[in-house]
Parts: sequence; C-alpha cells; structure tokens
Amino acid sequence: MYEFQYHKASSINEVKEKISSLNDPKIMAGGMTLIPTMKQRLAAPSDIIDLSNINELKGISKEKGFIIIGAMTTHFEVHTSELVKKEIPSLAFLAGLIGDPMVRHRGTIGGSVANSDPSADYPSSVISLGAKIITDKREIESDEFFIDLFETALDDDEIILSLKFPIPNKSAYMKFPQPASRYALVGVFISDTKEGIRVGITGAGPCAFRSKEIEKALSKNFTESAIENVNIPSENLNSDIHASAEYRAHLVKVMAKRAIKKLS
Amino acid sequence: MKINVNVNVNGQDVSEEVEPRTLLVDFIREKMKLTGTHVGCDTTQCGACTIHLDGVAIKSCTILAVQAHNRSITTIEGISKNDELHPMQISFKENHGLQCGFCTPGMVMAGIDIRRRKPTIEEDELRLELEGNICRCTGYHNIVKSILNAKM
Ligand SMILES: Cc1cc2nc3c(=O)[nH]c(=O)nc-3n(C[C@H](O)[C@H](O)[C@H](O)COP(=O)(O)OP(=O)(O)OC[C@H]3O[C@@H](n4cnc5c(N)ncnc54)[C@H](O)[C@@H]3O)c2cc1C
Ligand code: FES
Ligand code: FES
Repeated sequence: MYEFQYHKASSINEVKEKISSLNDPKIMAGGMTLIPTMKQRLAAPSDIIDLSNINELKGISKEKGFIIIGAMTTHFEVHTSELVKKEIPSLAFLAGLIGDPMVRHRGTIGGSVANSDPSADYPSSVISLGAKIITDKREIESDEFFIDLFETALDDDEIILSLKFPIPNKSAYMKFPQPASRYALVGVFISDTKEGIRVGITGAGPCAFRSKEIEKALSKNFTESAIENVNIPSENLNSDIHASAEYRAHLVKVMAKRAIKKLS
Repeated sequence: MKINVNVNVNGQDVSEEVEPRTLLVDFIREKMKLTGTHVGCDTTQCGACTIHLDGVAIKSCTILAVQAHNRSITTIEGISKNDELHPMQISFKENHGLQCGFCTPGMVMAGIDIRRRKPTIEEDELRLELEGNICRCTGYHNIVKSILNAKM
C-alpha cells in the first residue's frame, strides 16, 4: 500500500472541509472494497477520511412509507434489522447474501452503492424499489444513479448520507452467486411498488439496470410463465471467464422466475 | 506521519505509534508479536486473519491499525483463560478439526462469533456462515463438527 495521511471525521461538515482542502482524498466507509484496492496499489489516495465516527450516517428508521438507511449502516445491521425484516424482507435477505459474516460486519450500504460494482447486490434493490440516494448536495433518483462500471452520478466530492427506500407492496431478490467469489453472477430484484412493477438486474451488465422487458410482461400477468417469452437482449451484457453474455441473459430469466415463485 | 493508537489487545492496554497504512494484522503480528493470527491471502477472502473487534469477528487484514484506536481486540492468543483452552479450541482438538493448522486460528475466531450470534445453529446454515474462511486441508467436515459441538 502507498503512504497516505489518515483523518477521522466526526461530522459531515468536517468531511466536506477536508475533501475541499486536501490534494487527492478518498472517503472510507467499511473499507471492504477500498482497502483491498489500495493493497493492490490500484488506488493511491493522498488522504483517507474515515466516516466511521459520524453517528448521523448510521441507523435505520421508518418515515411516511419509507425505510431510511444511513450510509454507514453495515450489511449485518440491515440483515438483522427487525424493521427492515418487517417492511422490506427481501432487502434484509439480500444483505445476508453479501460476502461473508466478517465482510458484513464492516461493509456498508453507502459504500456498496457508491462503488457501483457490476456484480454488487444492493444496486439491484435500489433500482427495483426506486430508492432515492440522499447526498450532502441533493436527492438522486435511482434511475439516474448508476451510470457505468464503477461509475455513478455522484460528483467526486459528493457524499451519500442515506438511502430512502419506498416500502413496496411486495418484493423478492434471487441471486445466482459466482461460485468462487459469491458476488452476483446475476441477481434479479422484483418489486410490486406504488408505481407499478419494477425489476432491477445486477451482475449482468456494466452496472445495475432496469429490465423494461420483464416489467412489461409482469405488469400484464404477474406469473412465472409471463417471463417465458420475454426476450432479454444479450448485446450489452458482460462476458467473461465465468459466464458468456448469452448465459447471463438466460440467467436473468431464470432468476426472475425464481423471484416470482418466491412471491407467490 | 505516524499516529498514536491506543488499543486494548487481549485485555491489555497498548499504546503504539503506527503509520496510517499499517494493517491491523501487521500491527498484531509485527508490533505485538502475536503470530497466531495468520495472513493467507491478499483479497480479503480466506479468513485466516479473523479476530474480534469489540467482540465481533472481522478480517484484520482489511482494516487499518489506526481504525482500532480506543477499541478492544481479541486474537487467538486471548481466548484461553488461565492456561485452559477455550471450549471452541477443545472441540477442534476432540473433533480433529485441523490438519496443517494454518486456517485454524481464523476458524476458531469465526466459530466463536457464529455460536455467539446463533447458539443453536444447524449444519446447513453453519456451512453458509463459514463462507469467508477457507481451509485447504480438511474438507470442512470436521471443522463444521467442531463448531457445532463446542460446549460454549
Ligand atoms: C470477500 C468479499 C466478498 C464480497 N462479496 C460481496 C457480495 O457478494 N456482494 C456485494 O454486493 N458485495 C460484496 N463485497 C463488497 C462489499 O459489499 C463492500 O462492503 C462494498 O462493496 C463496499 O462497501 P464499504 O462500506 O466497504 O466501502 P469502502 O470500501 O470503504 O468504499 C468503497 C467506495 O465507495 C466510496 N464511498 C464509501 N462510502 C461513501 C459514501 N457514504 N458516499 C460516497 N462515497 C462513498 C469510497 O470512497 C470508495 O471509493 C465483498 C467484499 C469482500 C471483501
Ligand atoms: S488474510 Fe485476511 S482474509 Fe485472507
Ligand atoms: S487445516 Fe490446513 S488449511 Fe485448514
């Protein structure tokens, strides 16, 4: 790892001051992605600003039809939260599939969403549930947030404060884990929301996206068989040693069917 | 620039100067000379470095030593009391839960954490809980048996 200076911030204002005054800083949440990347010397920030002391970024609450999860809330906390289990059980379930217990004890929802790893689990739920990403500057709609591989709508100096998930009528997540890493080879999150059926896909493309094809089919007929005749184009999907684009397109349908099955 | 860390290691308060880039596992092994905590990978996957931070299992290769400031850590050396093995260690011994032993400190620390969270866990779920601990020798059967049968 290259050398850097370490700062522990105790408020969002302090983080903002540090970001604007330092040379090439990076904020650190759970470090479960950032530290391995720095160990491999793929990232070399001049300064690390640790968010772990900022209490306003932690915790889960319910407010007028929304579940609000602070950016620094760990995967373990989401997985075991009674509130999340009651209001959006699929989200608690998803959090329990991330990595392993030790990773879940440190990794955070804000870090995962900000990172936009193509095979991360949370982005599918953010898209499917139509969550809002609340930052220190604005509220970003989920449809506008994930842009590309490891690229989001966040400015370089923008900080995610929380995620605001509308409580759906019902929702389900199914993941086909990559056999070695257990990241999602393909993950499909289906929600029946106030705005209709929304389907978020992760693992298949450069970043999480909505499957309008499946949404259309399910809006007419919310059954497994409705998915059978949907055509998932494979042109823009990922292809690597683990799975071809065509196989990923196929898995999207299989996981979507399993998610529907879970809901009925 | 070095930073001062105050950390309680296995019940003892320690104060040391470290570089910010020092990983907690390197602090444990090289500064504290507690070499029971192992390093088996570069990618946060193997779990050989598992310790407890304020009683919760974490991978000490993926946290900076400075992040443990004002907190308590427990390593494999800190779980036995008065020269008596911890019940999890006894169970690994009785169930032949190790061969070369490289993964064992991490397995024992993860096992204690799993049984703390899920005292009555059953085999299927336990195997999922061991996702982050890799063993190259045993084939896991006896590790699973050891954790299930530990009298804690
Ligand atoms: C062994 C292993 C297995 C894993 N398996 C899975 C898996 O199956 N599924 C999955 O989805 N993920 C998996 N992960 C990734 C894990 O979920 C990470 O916790 C997550 O991707 C990053 O979260 P973090 O809190 O650790 O963020 P960090 O590593 O601290 O930060 C990641 C990035 O986000 C930025 N950032 C962090 N917080 C904020 C914020 N509040 N606002 C703006 N930017 C921010 C950082 O600057 C950095 O660039 C795995 C990780 C490991 C090590
Ligand atoms: S050394 Fe920490 S997970 Fe492998
Ligand atoms: S006993 Fe050798 S790696 Fe597990």
